Amino acid sequence: MRSKIYGKPGDRVFTALLVVLGLTVMLVAALMAWELGFGGREAFRAFGFWGFLRGTAWDAVAEQFGAWPFLVGTLITSAVALALAFLPALAAAIAVAEYAPRWLGELVAYLIDLLAALPSVVYGLWGIFVLVPLVRDHVEQPLFLWSAEHAPALMGVLGPPTGIGMLSAVLVLALMIVPYASSLARDAIRLVPRSQREAMYALGATRWEVVRRVVLPYARGGIFAGVILALARAIGETMAVTMLIGNSGQLPYSVFGPAATMASVIANEFAEAEGGLQLSSLLAVGFLLMLLSLAVNLVADFILRRMSVGEGRK
Amino acid sequence: METENLTVYYGKNAGVRGVSLPVYDRKITALIGPSGCGKTTFLRALNRMHDLNPIVRIEGRVLLDGEDVYAPGVDPVVIRRRVGMVFQRPTPFPTMSIFENVVAGLRLVGIRERDRLREVAERSLKAAALWDEVKDRLNDPAVGLSGGQQQRISIARALAVEPEVLLMDEPTSALDPISTQAIEDLLGELKEQVTIVIVTHNMQQAARVSDRTAFFLDGEMIEFGPTERLFTNPADERTEAYITGRFG
Amino acid sequence: MNLRRRYLRDRIMVVFVYLGTLIVLLPLGFILLHVFTQGIGALNWDFFTKPPAPPGEGGGGMLPAIVGTFVIDLMALAMGGLLGLGGGILMAEYPDHPLNRPLRLVANVLGGIPAILMGLFAFVLVVVPMGGFSAFSGSVALAILMIPIIMRATEEVLRILPWELREAGLALGLPRWRVTLSLILPAARGGIVTGLLLALARAAGEAAPLLFTAFGNPFLSFDPLGPMDSLPLKIYVYAISPYEDWIRQAWGAALLLALLLMATNYLARRAMRRG
Repeated sequence: MRSKIYGKPGDRVFTALLVVLGLTVMLVAALMAWELGFGGREAFRAFGFWGFLRGTAWDAVAEQFGAWPFLVGTLITSAVALALAFLPALAAAIAVAEYAPRWLGELVAYLIDLLAALPSVVYGLWGIFVLVPLVRDHVEQPLFLWSAEHAPALMGVLGPPTGIGMLSAVLVLALMIVPYASSLARDAIRLVPRSQREAMYALGATRWEVVRRVVLPYARGGIFAGVILALARAIGETMAVTMLIGNSGQLPYSVFGPAATMASVIANEFAEAEGGLQLSSLLAVGFLLMLLSLAVNLVADFILRRMSVGEGRK
Repeated sequence: METENLTVYYGKNAGVRGVSLPVYDRKITALIGPSGCGKTTFLRALNRMHDLNPIVRIEGRVLLDGEDVYAPGVDPVVIRRRVGMVFQRPTPFPTMSIFENVVAGLRLVGIRERDRLREVAERSLKAAALWDEVKDRLNDPAVGLSGGQQQRISIARALAVEPEVLLMDEPTSALDPISTQAIEDLLGELKEQVTIVIVTHNMQQAARVSDRTAFFLDGEMIEFGPTERLFTNPADERTEAYITGRFG
Repeated sequence: MNLRRRYLRDRIMVVFVYLGTLIVLLPLGFILLHVFTQGIGALNWDFFTKPPAPPGEGGGGMLPAIVGTFVIDLMALAMGGLLGLGGGILMAEYPDHPLNRPLRLVANVLGGIPAILMGLFAFVLVVVPMGGFSAFSGSVALAILMIPIIMRATEEVLRILPWELREAGLALGLPRWRVTLSLILPAARGGIVTGLLLALARAAGEAAPLLFTAFGNPFLSFDPLGPMDSLPLKIYVYAISPYEDWIRQAWGAALLLALLLMATNYLARRAMRRG
């Protein structure tokens, strides 16, 4: 038995190779967490972990750094973008998987996947030159002028109607995360067994009632997974937001006015960061961003396991 | 209920051809025949379940209280409410509790009164011979029940909307013998309140539970008559060949 | 019976469902239309063959960025592919290996981490010790981005192969590593290629991890240890620049990049269908 004699060392080498590759992957991940945390140590030491987290000043000249404005910016933009994107994404999933004839469904599904394939910078480019002027001239300025006349108190909440700022960033962000929410929801809806639908039809349900009472509840695990994926994307999305949000690291934020997110401040300032403390603070922001992403994923995993139904289970 | 010259096309092929079958009120009518003979296709035509499949075309008439359910202007939603259905495999809604499963049909029409729902749930579960087994855990998920219990949930759910006719598509084929027994026992009681059409591939079952039997072969109804007569003295030799086990 | 109201709701929901779909698709249509109409004019011979002109001068092209995109992404694919495949094979072929549980966790974690952090990490890990921005550091960042995608895809396609295939190979007297390399991997070739291409397409569109790794370079460079340009980077830099000609070229680069990514995605789908 040649194979036994020669196979054993061969197998050992092969497995060892795989293990080395696997360990490298794990090492990379561990190193990443470590490096970001370690890189941010100066900032954490200077301001304290909570002091840095809750600090509202971001001033390179005064060497005062706090992550709070960016954390708030990330949370607001992601949450609002998700709120805007969820229903259209779900509607598109229902249309594709449930309502539309096959050919149309496939076409729409393809187009939505295409939306996910477009690079972030292209969204940013489109945002700057198409969306921003549109939002500025047809949404922000009319609203601002109206409030100036009728409700001056609102003006502060609205902020400067320049087009560049929170509103444009959130709109583009919403558009960008739609395909993630939509495609997972679509897959989950397609996995709902036909027998479930028929059972509801047989009770005398209309099509919407079948969707509402049977299909969506059955697919809720996948729908929720899509929402989380979309949220994670929104939290980490960098380029388009950086190009549109105006990058102002100051609280409080206004509806139209400039803001910044954790990702955008890193993208915007890192290459030109001066001095160790600013660099370290940006790495610390990165560390917090990583913690936030991890937290979202962990919580999602936990909830998902409780929500999943039947074959939709992971 | 009765059908007149009912033909069901799948695309160009007729799965059921020219079937005229009287379904007697408050009786159990069994449809038997080898697999692929069109008995399930026929059954699903009775409450317009084929409407969900765009390639299916129906000719002929299905009369419910003398009115054609396929007549223009007749609403399939209304028909399905009057003609309920139980499927081959239990189909509890997995996100709903036992209670919510049973009252799902009532929720559709907007009934919200807790007392009313409870009363109907109790009545339906009793009619499905399940009440004693689940009365203490109505809020548990329905998927936690055994297969036989789940199928009786499906029956209770269909009964809760008080249909005139109940269609059953091989309701025991996925169940163990004890659960099958329980459901067969149930059928005798149910026919007091509802007309039943049951598809079965199990001839003994048809003989045990039904009052009339129709024998299907290759999409046609070969023979129809009182169950006892059909099984003891079939008129058609193909029926005889089938019930004596020479094919199928 | 409130049947009429139920039907009304049914109809309204049809309208809402299609309306929602339209809300999603309309902007996509606008974006594609703009990228195409604005970009097509910028795509000329110079665009593909010349380095950028100095700011504000007009003319020039994208040659360094186009070359750089390929160099950086292919280096990333080589690194990410090796590690991703290794991890994927380990998880699928040695299901009870003790490393699998932590490895799967790591893959999930890495998959959920924003791309810009890969850039930060590569900066600290590669740029700082090596003393400068480099194409290689950019490739490292993109490779980390690719790893979880490739790992998951590899594991999935290997998992769906019947276990009997392995047993058949072992029954022939082949050692396990030979079974994996000469039976399992070829059988899963299509799916693995799909995973690699999808990871490539995902990474190739990213600018964020390259901002402070590959950094950008106006001159044509093949040196992996020096700074290098890339299309996504160039689009970003040009888009926020004040020069009209640069902005025009940004649209051109956006069109080119979008076409490249669509082609990659198309190839990925085709590879999967071929099996």
